[in-house]
Amino acid sequence: MDIVVEHLTKRYGPQKAVDNISFRVKAGEVLGFLGPNGAGKTTTMKVLSCFVLPEEGDVKIGGYSIREHPEIIKKHIGYLPENNPLYQDMNIIDFLEFIAKVHEIPKHLIQERLLDMVMVCGLEGEKHKLIRELSKGYQQRVGLAQALIHDPDILILDEPTTGLDPNQIVEIRELIKRIGKEKTVILSSHILAEVEATCDRILIINNGRVVVDGTAEELRKQAQGNEILKLGVAGGDINDIFEKIMEIDTVETVDFLDFECQLLEVQSYPNTSSVKDIFDTCVANNYYITEMTPIETKLEDIFRELTTH
Amino acid sequence: MNQIIQIAKRELAGFFDSLMGYVLIIMFLGFSGFFTWIYGDDIFFIGEANLNIFFKVAYWSLFFFIPSLTMRSLTGELRGGTLELLLTKPISYWQLILGKFASTVILISMALAPSIIYYISLWSIGSVDHPAIILGYIGLLLMSMSYIALGIFCSSISDSPIIALLSTLFIGIFFHQIFETIASSSLGIPGSIFSALSMFTHFGSISRGIFDLQDFIFFFSMIIFGLYASKEILVSRNLKA
Repeated sequence: MDIVVEHLTKRYGPQKAVDNISFRVKAGEVLGFLGPNGAGKTTTMKVLSCFVLPEEGDVKIGGYSIREHPEIIKKHIGYLPENNPLYQDMNIIDFLEFIAKVHEIPKHLIQERLLDMVMVCGLEGEKHKLIRELSKGYQQRVGLAQALIHDPDILILDEPTTGLDPNQIVEIRELIKRIGKEKTVILSSHILAEVEATCDRILIINNGRVVVDGTAEELRKQAQGNEILKLGVAGGDINDIFEKIMEIDTVETVDFLDFECQLLEVQSYPNTSSVKDIFDTCVANNYYITEMTPIETKLEDIFRELTTH
Repeated sequence: MNQIIQIAKRELAGFFDSLMGYVLIIMFLGFSGFFTWIYGDDIFFIGEANLNIFFKVAYWSLFFFIPSLTMRSLTGELRGGTLELLLTKPISYWQLILGKFASTVILISMALAPSIIYYISLWSIGSVDHPAIILGYIGLLLMSMSYIALGIFCSSISDSPIIALLSTLFIGIFFHQIFETIASSSLGIPGSIFSALSMFTHFGSISRGIFDLQDFIFFFSMIIFGLYASKEILVSRNLKA
């Protein structure tokens, strides 16, 4: 099922939480929803899951509008809300059975689905415990199980890995990747590495607006621009080395990174590379290179650049 | 319909898991049995084969028990965030509210059911006014349903169970007693308006075995109004939240 979001606007009082957002998610795609806290991620997800109605705009899921057919859309969506609300006083099996029945899964299939979910989400050892007795990681798994139990076409996960330990984060990511092969997944996070590791496409929103829409690769390319090298050269006086490097035609600027260790930062002109010339210069002057690393623009930098003004 | 049943089943299981259900049933039967058969103006003292004493005791005890049952019905969902969980499943606002309503009505019926023994015992002692007793039970059930609807409404307005409890009792006491007191001391149109709004009047007439459409209209309008208002409040909460 495709998701089409058209000119979505949602206000809380005078403040616009989501401001005229439009995007599409194709069936089978895993979309990462990024943004600083308060950017409008959760609000957008609440709208997609038919919990909150927007003031303006519409969302069509599989051709159905959230305004006209929420009851049909809800059947095809599995939603894990931000703080993962669960009935604390129920045990896992009873809770999942309740959710299965609400979804009108035929009686003879319920048992099978329950066992499936317990296995997929790794709840085997805990299944008869009360939810309030579970650790946060296990509660998160129960949250995922309740979102998956009716085998939805679309999965909406609002910060699925908050509060988990690193091992659990890896497990949940693996799980999402596995699910993402068959289903459309929308995942929100403010951890960039997570989105990069699990998503096909990234959507960054800030102050309720979409600022970037593309793959991680595209994002990098867009922000990269000039070649920047971290260069360590020894075998001569650092000031001489500095001047020699500056003489290279393709080099735009050279900065000292570390005077003692003789580390420089070399930036080339757009669309040129100075790697070979630096090497030749060093050879010609009997210097030797101790280090030469391209400085890659990190997604973190792109994120910061895009969301801090 | 399935959704309403599932929600009601879950709620009902919750009442018994938290012991609330047992406590309510035991307290209700204990109170009503004590006053009907043992203490004060009991059945033997009056020497009449009717259950008026029981209905009087039930009239007051249910008034206090019901708010303690309904005070968590929506406040719990609002506080724990589980409202979001439910409403993003194929469950509508009406199904949610009707499920909550049904579960409490069933619990009250379970508390009332054993008291039928009183009726049977009475029947074995003397000649009983059957229609009066049957209508009395119907009256108790309708009154309970009205207060449950009111209780659910009060539990939708805030996420604090205590506020829900106190506001149900506060609004309820007007219908339960205050309107009656005002009506009895005023004349003419105001008198009849307050009398028409009083639970005391309607329950009194029905438990005396009088079948009057007005009473039924009163109960049903209170139920419908309570449930409809709760639904509207939940919807408007979601537009804001």
